[in-house]
Amino acid sequence: MPDKKWIPQPKRPRTPIPEQKPEERRRNFKEVALGYTAELAIQEAYRCLQCKNPLCVEGCPVGIDIPGFIRHIGEGRFEEAYYTLKKYNFLPAICGRVCPQESQCEKFCIMGKRFKPVAIGRLERFAADYFMESGKKEDFKIDPPSGKKVAIIGSGPAGLTCAGELAKKGHKVTIFEALHKPGGVLVYGIPEFRLPKRIVDIEVENLKKMGVEIKTSAIIGKLYTIDELLEEEGFDAVFIGTGAGLPYFMGIPGENLNGVYSANEFLTRVNLMRAYMFPEADTPVKIGEKVAVVGCGNTALDAARTALRLGAKETHIVYRRSKGEIPAREEEVQHAIEEGVQFNLLTNPIEIIGDENGWVKALKCIRTRCGEPDESGRRRPIPIEGSEFEFPVDTVIMAIGQGPNPLIQETQPDIEVKRWGIIKIDEEGRTSKKGVFAGGDIVTGGATVILAMGQGKKAAQAIDEYLKTGKWA
Amino acid sequence: MYLIKEIKEIAPKIKKMVLEAPLLAKKHKAGQFVMVINTEKGERIPLTIADKDPEKGEITLIFQEVGKSTIEMGLRKPGEYIYDVVGPLGRPTHIINYGNVVCIGGGVGTAPLYPITKKMKETGNYIITILGARNKDLFILEKEMESVSDEFYQTTDDGTKGRHGLVTDELQALIDSGKKIDLVLAIGPAIMMKFVSLLTKKYNIPTMVSLNSIMVDGTGMCGACRVSVGGVTKFVCVDGPEFDGHQVNFDELLKRQAMYKDMEEIALKKFLEELKKKEPCGGCHA
Ligand SMILES: Cc1cc2nc3c(=O)[nH]c(=O)nc-3n(C[C@H](O)[C@H](O)[C@H](O)COP(=O)(O)OP(=O)(O)OC[C@H]3O[C@@H](n4cnc5c(N)ncnc54)[C@H](O)[C@@H]3O)c2cc1C
Ligand SMILES: Cc1cc2nc3c(=O)[nH]c(=O)nc-3n(C[C@H](O)[C@H](O)[C@H](O)COP(=O)(O)OP(=O)(O)OC[C@H]3O[C@@H](n4cnc5c(N)ncnc54)[C@H](O)[C@@H]3O)c2cc1C
Ligand code: SF4
Ligand code: SF4
Ligand code: FES
Ligand SMILES: [Mg+2]
Repeated sequence: MPDKKWIPQPKRPRTPIPEQKPEERRRNFKEVALGYTAELAIQEAYRCLQCKNPLCVEGCPVGIDIPGFIRHIGEGRFEEAYYTLKKYNFLPAICGRVCPQESQCEKFCIMGKRFKPVAIGRLERFAADYFMESGKKEDFKIDPPSGKKVAIIGSGPAGLTCAGELAKKGHKVTIFEALHKPGGVLVYGIPEFRLPKRIVDIEVENLKKMGVEIKTSAIIGKLYTIDELLEEEGFDAVFIGTGAGLPYFMGIPGENLNGVYSANEFLTRVNLMRAYMFPEADTPVKIGEKVAVVGCGNTALDAARTALRLGAKETHIVYRRSKGEIPAREEEVQHAIEEGVQFNLLTNPIEIIGDENGWVKALKCIRTRCGEPDESGRRRPIPIEGSEFEFPVDTVIMAIGQGPNPLIQETQPDIEVKRWGIIKIDEEGRTSKKGVFAGGDIVTGGATVILAMGQGKKAAQAIDEYLKTGKWA
Repeated sequence: MYLIKEIKEIAPKIKKMVLEAPLLAKKHKAGQFVMVINTEKGERIPLTIADKDPEKGEITLIFQEVGKSTIEMGLRKPGEYIYDVVGPLGRPTHIINYGNVVCIGGGVGTAPLYPITKKMKETGNYIITILGARNKDLFILEKEMESVSDEFYQTTDDGTKGRHGLVTDELQALIDSGKKIDLVLAIGPAIMMKFVSLLTKKYNIPTMVSLNSIMVDGTGMCGACRVSVGGVTKFVCVDGPEFDGHQVNFDELLKRQAMYKDMEEIALKKFLEELKKKEPCGGCHA
């Protein structure tokens, strides 16, 4: 390898990523960010100092060799960059797009101290896209068959990663997915304009090429229980990656009025069921002229921006805390503002008001101010007395968070759960039931793609160990 | 993909479809339903498993052609495939020996009622069945229901069969006759279940209803199916579909069922127009 000298260019401004113009993209579902070209990627790569003690790596939940893959990009060895990423991250094209980089890898990047951090996520995305578009076949090294069978429940990032890692070790893997398409939140939740479904499809196809079997429309707890998988269907181990799909509502009056959606329902209708094509596709969705989305996480912004794209005249975010507490990715907030989403911060809904036919006509809110930090470390919103006001809207989308889907826990009471039905695991990813592991949102509550993947990978190692030794605890 | 073994009209605009689905036939319990996606661009619609044959690996769906999806499904032919079916969903009916059980079926609600009644009978209950329809031609599963009933009554809106009146009239007559009733189980249009529940509440007769709210996933992931039961929000697909009729807010359910009326009409109109273009002779579905 011609290891030419790396001369970083830290003074260069962070390379912007080409994007669709806000006025165009706010009405279409095409991806917002177009991605770096090879030249732009190389240019950005050279901003990296190639630190001996790279702080960025500490910020990445899966510890990617960030200087390593960036160097490959800088030297034009894009394929190598991809394989370096793949060693740590099963889904780089996805994480490059959706990781909250500003609070992870890029937050720690030394360049951020004086200038702007290296665009690690964008480079990651570039390397992955480059490989996908090159049409090259991925080189999977698969161990000889072990004769062991593993069932993976759920095909979100946790399940997909766990499946891939186990397939590499030669185990026979079957994924059971409740919905009719695999991908979890990546397909039913995150919209096309942030994460093209094509990318998820390619990853799923890759898994199939590795010999993983995917059974869609197969709900564990209904079609089979976990006991049946272990005792009757011949599986040696089970991984639960069922996510946090249960939508929370606020419990305020009027939430069951027509025109009130959970973000999950709204996004599922549009993404999974393709309601944006109605009546070409059969599933309808209602978009009013004026839409209020309650909450300010990624889910809320996805719903708000989707509503705009489907023709809403005005879309409002209603969030009870202040700017500093917004949990969504920074880039998405920026994009949403550019597209015209209006932010009503320090505002908390207290009632949804309906008309005589049972349809939403207004959202009653109260203003709040920031109080002392609460358990989550965020400043608690305190309602300001007498500040109630009504806000005319015809659609309300609740995006205040999600809990674990209860189906598994109901049918498998011997798996220990913590508060709100979150499955309890040890450091290895083992549940309280022998042979059963878990990871992703089902053990953390709604978190991130990269954390779910990281746990899927970790559990895969423990499962492999268990399959080889038969040792439990 | 699920193979259609058989499809036939069993009453005007009511079709019976037998699907090859061995696993579902094996796993299904009375009271459970499936989500059906007819075509690749289809919506997910809930339909109750009306009957099953685990030996042959078949399930039977009985559906009324009310809109785009059900009419399109009704046009399918044996040998074709249904795009996807997922289940069995919902909690199975809690079936024990209650004593005297009145099973009330309204319209196509008789389809979901049948497997439950059968099981109730097998469990030793004394079964009094009341089936209601607009006219005599609209009854389904009459023989099947009669065969699992100890007493069997019918009502029609126009008096063409059985009592001229509503199922609630027959139920009132039963109550007035002093018959001991331990449980009423009512499945039919929401409006029927509402009035049955109002009546039984007066007499404090435990009443179970099976709700048909609009659904998307059917697995507890979206909340489209939510209803208020005893003032608490429940998801019909995972907490139900059966609930205590005295606790259900039927007016809310009725409103929510109409949420997409205008769009459903658009979808149906478009579908029928395209159908006419394809087979100009058959305006029979208009
Ligand atoms: C709208 C939205 C936007 C988001 N944006 C971001 C973002 O920008 N960046 C980021 O990092 N994170 C984001 N997240 C969070 C992230 O998507 C999740 O943390 C991640 O998907 C969790 O992965 P998982 O594999 O644990 O579960 P999921 O992705 O939820 O997948 C679980 C799968 O299991 C299936 N399942 C459930 N129960 C059963 C059962 N009983 N049998 C069979 N299958 C079952 C489900 O149908 C689902 O497909 C977002 C979430 C949402 C909802
Ligand atoms: C648990 C459950 C079990 C059911 N079992 C049966 C059955 O065994 N046989 C039968 O004929 N019908 C059954 N239904 C009702 C059936 O799902 C609807 O008639 C069907 O979805 C109508 O679809 P459509 O496109 O033909 O009509 P549309 O014109 O789209 O709708 C007609 C009406 O059906 C209801 N509906 C529409 N979409 C849905 C949906 N996604 N989910 C639920 N309801 C909807 C609405 O109230 C609507 O006004 C059941 C419903 C539920 C919730
Ligand atoms: S996986 Fe996420 S956190 Fe890790 S380097 Fe990539 S973008 Fe950063
Ligand atoms: S901390 Fe920043 S500059 Fe240093 S190696 Fe990581 S990305 Fe490069
Ligand atoms: S249909 Fe989605 S939660 Fe019941
Ligand atoms: Mg329909």
